[in-house]
Amino acid sequence: MSDPWSVKLEPYLDGELSPEDMRDLDSHLRTCPACAAEVLRHLQMKRAVRAAGRQFSPSPEFKRRVQQQIAPRRPAAAAWRWAVPVLAVLLIALSIYLGRQRSQAQHASSELADLHVTTLASTTPVDVVSSDRHTVKPWFQGKIPFTFNLPELQNTEFTLLGGRIAYFNQASGAHLIYQVRKHEISVFIFPERDLNALGTGKTLSFNSASWSEGGLSYFVIGDAASDDIQKLAALLQNAAKN
Amino acid sequence: MNDRLTAATFEELALPLFDQLYNFAHWLARDRAEAEDLVQETYVKALRGFASFQPGTNFRAWMYRILRNTFLTSRTGLKQTVTLGEDVPEPASEQTPESILLGHAEQELLQAAMEDLPLPSREIILLADVEEMSYQEMAETLGVPIGTVMSRLSRARRTLRDLVRRKLEHHERPLVGKTRTVS
Repeated sequence: MSDPWSVKLEPYLDGELSPEDMRDLDSHLRTCPACAAEVLRHLQMKRAVRAAGRQFSPSPEFKRRVQQQIAPRRPAAAAWRWAVPVLAVLLIALSIYLGRQRSQAQHASSELADLHVTTLASTTPVDVVSSDRHTVKPWFQGKIPFTFNLPELQNTEFTLLGGRIAYFNQASGAHLIYQVRKHEISVFIFPERDLNALGTGKTLSFNSASWSEGGLSYFVIGDAASDDIQKLAALLQNAAKN
Repeated sequence: MNDRLTAATFEELALPLFDQLYNFAHWLARDRAEAEDLVQETYVKALRGFASFQPGTNFRAWMYRILRNTFLTSRTGLKQTVTLGEDVPEPASEQTPESILLGHAEQELLQAAMEDLPLPSREIILLADVEEMSYQEMAETLGVPIGTVMSRLSRARRTLRDLVRRKLEHHERPLVGKTRTVS
C-alpha cells in the first residue's frame, strides 16, 4: 500500500474527499490491489457497523411522553382565536338543525291535523266504537307495537267515542277520538322514534298539545277550546303514570 | 420570535431526530432506563436553550452535543470516562475480520465489540457510521477540530477491528466444538 494514499482511504469512503482527490484515488484504486483491498475492508466494516449500530429504538409511550413535554403550550388568547370560527360554524349548524326540526314539526302537525279532519269526515270514523276504555284499550293489542293507558273519564266532560289504527311516517299508532261539548278531539299515540315532540299551540284552526312519555309521543288536536285540550292532555298524562 | 413559535419550531426540528438520538443514547449509556432519562433531559434542555441556538448552524449536531454533554456529566458517563481512557492500539495483523462480519450470526459479536469500545471510540464510530454525520457535524458535536475528528475516527476504527479480531479468535474454537457436538 502506497503511503500518501493510505490516509485518504477512510475520508474517501466517508465521502469527505474533494472531487479532485476523489477522481485521483478512483484511478489509483484501479491499479493498486493493496489499496483496493484496504478500501473493501473498510467498506465492509463500515456497513457492518451501520447494521449493528441501529439496534435500539424508543418505546412509543416514552416517545409520546417526551413529545407532550416539549409540545408548545397554547395561551388562552390563542385558543380563542381558533375557537371563534369553530363556534360560528357550530352556531350555523345549530340554527340549520333547529330550523329543520321546526319545519319537520310543522309538517308533522299539519299531517296529523289532516288525519284528524279526514277521520271525522269519514262515515266510519272509528273502528272500535265504545265509550269504555276497558274495551278500547284491549282492541289495540296485537295491532300496534306498544300498549298505553287511557284515563278514567267519570266526572269529566269528556267522552270516549272510540279508536282506530292510524298510520304516520309508515308507522302504526293509536288514534282515539274523544268528545267534549260536541267538539271532537283526536289523540294520536305513536312510538317516540316515529313522532317527535311537536310542541303545543295552534295548527290551522285547531288547538293542539303534545308531549312524550315512557317512549311514546302523544299528540292531542281538535277544534275544542285550548283549555279543554289541556285538560284532556292532563288526564292522559295522569293515566300514563299509573 | 415569541415563545409559542419557538416551541413549535423546536418540536418540528427535534422530533424527527428522536429515534436516532435514542439509539445513540442507548449506545452511550448501555441501559434502557438511563437512555430514556438521557433523551428526556436532552429534549428539555434543548427546548429551554433553543433561543440560544444559532439559526443556520447544524441543529442535529447541536442536539447530539447536548445529549453527549448530558451523558458525560451523568454518573455513568463519568464512570466510563474515568475507567476507560484512550486505549493503546494493537499491532496490525495480516488477517481481515471484515468479510466474516457480513454474516448475520456475527452481528452480535460486532455489537459486543462496539460495546467494549472505550467511550471516545464508541461515540465517534456511531456518529460517523451509524448516524452518518459529516466530519464537520462531528466536529461541532464533539467540540473538536476536524483534524481531531479524522485521527480519532481512524484510531477508533482500528481499535474496533482489533477487538473484533480478538473476539473471533476467542470464539473460534468453542464454536467449532459446539458444531461437532450437534452433528
